Amino acid sequence: MSVSPSGLCRRIIPCLDVDRGRVVKGVKFVDIRDAGDPVEVARRYDAAGADEITFLDITASSDDRDTMVHVVEQVASEVFIPLTVGGGIRKPADVRRMLNAGADKVGINTAAIHKPELVRECAERFGSQCLVVAIDAKRVSADNEPPRWEVFTHGGRRGTGLDAVQWAARMAELGAGEILLTSMDRDGTREGFDLALTRAVADAVPIPVIASGGVGTLDHLVDGVLQGGADAVLAASIFHFGTFTVAEAKRHMASRGVPIRQLATGKAEA
Amino acid sequence: MSTIAVIDYGMGNLRSVAKALEHVDDRARVIITHEPEQVRRADRVVFPGQGAIRDCMAELKRLELDAVILEAAASKPLLGICMGMQALLEHSEENAGVDALGLVAGRVRHFRDGFSAAGIAAPGKVPHMGWNTVQQAEAHPIWRDIPDNSHFYFVHSYFVELLPDELTIGRCQYGVPFTAAIARENIVATQFHPEKSQHAGLTLLANFARWDGESGG
Repeated sequence: MSVSPSGLCRRIIPCLDVDRGRVVKGVKFVDIRDAGDPVEVARRYDAAGADEITFLDITASSDDRDTMVHVVEQVASEVFIPLTVGGGIRKPADVRRMLNAGADKVGINTAAIHKPELVRECAERFGSQCLVVAIDAKRVSADNEPPRWEVFTHGGRRGTGLDAVQWAARMAELGAGEILLTSMDRDGTREGFDLALTRAVADAVPIPVIASGGVGTLDHLVDGVLQGGADAVLAASIFHFGTFTVAEAKRHMASRGVPIRQLATGKAEA
Repeated sequence: MSTIAVIDYGMGNLRSVAKALEHVDDRARVIITHEPEQVRRADRVVFPGQGAIRDCMAELKRLELDAVILEAAASKPLLGICMGMQALLEHSEENAGVDALGLVAGRVRHFRDGFSAAGIAAPGKVPHMGWNTVQQAEAHPIWRDIPDNSHFYFVHSYFVELLPDELTIGRCQYGVPFTAAIARENIVATQFHPEKSQHAGLTLLANFARWDGESGG
């Protein structure tokens, strides 16, 4: 078993995009395919050794948002690992509702950009431990310039003018407990995380960083931790479509010296 | 039918604790309550919690639950979880210093202060968030069927400084060693979240649900 001096394991987090109660995953946010029932998928990931599960509600209409609350309630009644829910969270009451439904952490993205104080308000009311700020970043510097990334919204279509690294640091100061960092350049490409972006943010904030966007191989997960400095790695399509199992991912990371939680069933002793 | 009361004082995700208890013991009646009388009538009491200690203590006092917890601590199996463990101690350095329930002598400190007092660099980010191994420092009925050094899920920025051996049944290490599980007579408490710690955590809750409050095997 590999154990770092701290003992703390790096986490593998499958992410489920949920639209009106069904799990879907878009490649670069188009070509959305249905990949199943959220409770069933969550249960399968739990059994395979997922360290947490993240749900991203991509339901367009706010009328259908109640569906997500029910999804969280159902999953939280059957799966006993940490659950994060993001998407459409705009005010403290939305955070409260998801926590009451059984979420452990709630992700805030666009609403934090419109109103950064929301992060402070939620951190004070619910505690930093349950507050994840999601950042969608895109590289905006030319190849011959020092790298610079901007925060984008609307699935990467709309720029905000905010520098992603500075934004992450500001969110941490306001009380975010964790940063979920997605490279919009890499999302859906299977070319691997944007490691320079991950490293820049991980070095700039005192809170954990989850790397996201671009995982295509198990080495990409290892690189996110060892080169990017991520505390956790998030992936969707490689797990949903059975390219790799979470258990395979864990065995591979352990074999490369990344401290991970081994399965209690003893199947992944490698 | 035995009743387990999960104390509700507005601090955190109680539903998960209740659902996990129902999951492991279908004969138990699990209630989430802030009614002192219901807590008094229960056979077992779970004292969970998240957030900041000052708010936690203020809410316990406002709802008159502090005295009820002390009563439970003197009479029946009690399980503190996370903030529910830290609140059992005398004092926490969180929020510029807050006196807690005082059932256990000891100190709650911020990890950054712990690192600097030990003269070491931070081993990682704070909060200490994620899965870490817990060494079973002492045998106890709640460890039954759980392998030593199993992983449990933690989320906390403050930690309980190592307590005397007779109180510490679980140890963890995050740069500094700290007490991850406490036991004394009919009281047990964990810094980690058993309700979020998959198989090992559910086993611990199942053990608590049938524990008679005696510390022997």
